[in-house]
Amino acid sequence: MQLLEFQAKELFREYGINLLDSISSTNIEEGRKHAKKLGYPFVIKIQVPVGGRGKAGGIQKCQNDDEFEIKYPQVMDLTIKGEKARAILLEKMADIKKELYLSIFLNRSKRCYTIIASAEGGVEIESVKNQIIKEIGLGEVSDELAKEVAKEMGLEGKHAEGVADTLKKLSKLTIEKEAELVEINPLAIMQDDTIMALDGKFVTDDNSNFRHPELEKYQEKTAIEEQAEKSGFSLVELDGDIAVVGNGAGLVMSTLDMLSDNGGKPACFLDVGGGATTESVYEALTLISKLDRVKGILVNLYGGIVKTTVVAEAFLKAYEDNLIDLPVFARLKGTESEKAKEMLQNSKTKIFDSVEEAINSAVMGVK
Amino acid sequence: MDDIFELLKGKQGESDYENKGVIVQGITGSYGSLHAGKMLEYGTNIVAGVTPGKGGQTWNESIPIYNTMKEAVDATNAKISIIFVPAKFFLGAAKDALEAGIKLLVAIPEHVPIRDTMETLELAKQKGAIVIGPNTPGIMIPELIKIGIMPPMPFKAGKIAVLSKSGTLLYEISDALTNAGFGQSITIGIGGDPVNGTRLIDAFDMVKDIPDLEGMVVVGEIGGDSEEMLAQKIIDSGFNKPTVAYIAGRAAPKEKRMGHAGAIVMGTYGSAESKVSMFNKANIPVAKRPAEVPVLLAGKMEKSD
Repeated sequence: MQLLEFQAKELFREYGINLLDSISSTNIEEGRKHAKKLGYPFVIKIQVPVGGRGKAGGIQKCQNDDEFEIKYPQVMDLTIKGEKARAILLEKMADIKKELYLSIFLNRSKRCYTIIASAEGGVEIESVKNQIIKEIGLGEVSDELAKEVAKEMGLEGKHAEGVADTLKKLSKLTIEKEAELVEINPLAIMQDDTIMALDGKFVTDDNSNFRHPELEKYQEKTAIEEQAEKSGFSLVELDGDIAVVGNGAGLVMSTLDMLSDNGGKPACFLDVGGGATTESVYEALTLISKLDRVKGILVNLYGGIVKTTVVAEAFLKAYEDNLIDLPVFARLKGTESEKAKEMLQNSKTKIFDSVEEAINSAVMGVK
Repeated sequence: MDDIFELLKGKQGESDYENKGVIVQGITGSYGSLHAGKMLEYGTNIVAGVTPGKGGQTWNESIPIYNTMKEAVDATNAKISIIFVPAKFFLGAAKDALEAGIKLLVAIPEHVPIRDTMETLELAKQKGAIVIGPNTPGIMIPELIKIGIMPPMPFKAGKIAVLSKSGTLLYEISDALTNAGFGQSITIGIGGDPVNGTRLIDAFDMVKDIPDLEGMVVVGEIGGDSEEMLAQKIIDSGFNKPTVAYIAGRAAPKEKRMGHAGAIVMGTYGSAESKVSMFNKANIPVAKRPAEVPVLLAGKMEKSD
């Protein structure tokens, strides 16, 4: 999970990384108090778990009360890449001499942590030029390596010392919290020659959450996602009108692709998972029934571990309880699929032999 | 590192040729027990189970259970192990297996912390062992040995190697292949995690020199760069057996994790476009849908005749 900037900065602060004064708020009343405390000028920064905030107008300079009253609600109302503001961070204006880039991430192909550093920062990682890349294994960054990176960035004296120090703190944070990615962009050299993290990104490895109860407070899920997790399936909400249900992430993604190719718009990605039971699939259908935009359900099952009859039973129960009153287009294959088809024969579920037919009918059916 | 085929079936003339012993870690758990049964049914030679605290008992009235992997390996001389313990206990189980001399470790658990996977891989490297997974459906030579949780129906013995990041798509596409008359010499599910014990390029190395290999199918999905690396490797190695790919996740939104921990596009990193364009560069056609895979493969084979 990606933390919000202010949450990442809380962790940075804990590890002694230099930061400007900042305060986060979730409404304008709170914001006004913070503005007074912080003093103008400052920057208003939207808190969303995606990048590209600046370009979308989510970061605004603020010089006085009048500007604050206009800009705070403006920024609060933005939606960036489908994400609404979780909070607003007010941060002191920086007096910057130069912007740098620094990150440590989990390198999937090399299977180790890797540093990326650059003497040019402030832009998205893809456009960071002259990247310095160092693979560092599973341990913390040594003094020597930290100095070497700073040197390769072309830094000297106080600047080199400051960056090396920041890198070491960043690596301690990465290792101890088992992060997948920790990024400071920009990392600034200030006019007074101190080194300061102006932005912060932190992506957790959610599988290690059981070892990190201290990060629990940052876990942010929609009610639906939380329910999905509890019941052991995986759900991603999308903005179309056909709910896609299947087993296995790959198969569900593949179904989304084919549906989109044929002119349909997926309303969600729902992988019932390897341990699906009638109860958990019923839970999943309950969630889908709550999504107003859904006009039809497309089911693509390849029963291996999961018995297709388990899913059929859940549908029958959902009809019985009047839980769903949507057209259902299903392709069932694999374990006990003949029996499952029989079970659903006289129900509102339309069964198809191929996934293509099911998709085409679903696309036509919701029009 | 040992040859995967030798590990799975041995050398011709060996007393247990085509009958290699497999140890099941977590055999008394519900999942482990269920799949131990299904593997036995398939013909896999399960020789022992391991569950700490249950040593001395037997599973299914026939398979001896041991407390540790060392005891199980000492008693059976098995080189293969499959792990079914909860993710929290995976690292301990994996270390136990590798320290005991296991050479092929199939790691089924989902949600293993990445650091635990990486520690396992470091140890495996020291010990010269192969790790498949975590979060894998397993590995099989159809009609001979199944070490995993895959259903048997889609698979048939043959001469096509299938390498897949996704479990269900591995079944779906193997099924399509089987129906079109393309049996499989080996199928390897590398798992949907960000860090895999066996990457696509490693799996490729394992199968590229099979003597009667007639073709290869690569099933990828968004996230990471393992498909791109494989395409580059195929270009560099001059591998010329008919190869076809399929990539799931073209329609997935950016920066959203699609079920698998590894399936996420950040920026342009890990996008379907980048994978498809690399495969095109390597002269590997990419199917738009699973059903198209055997069609493209047949086309490739005609051309190479």
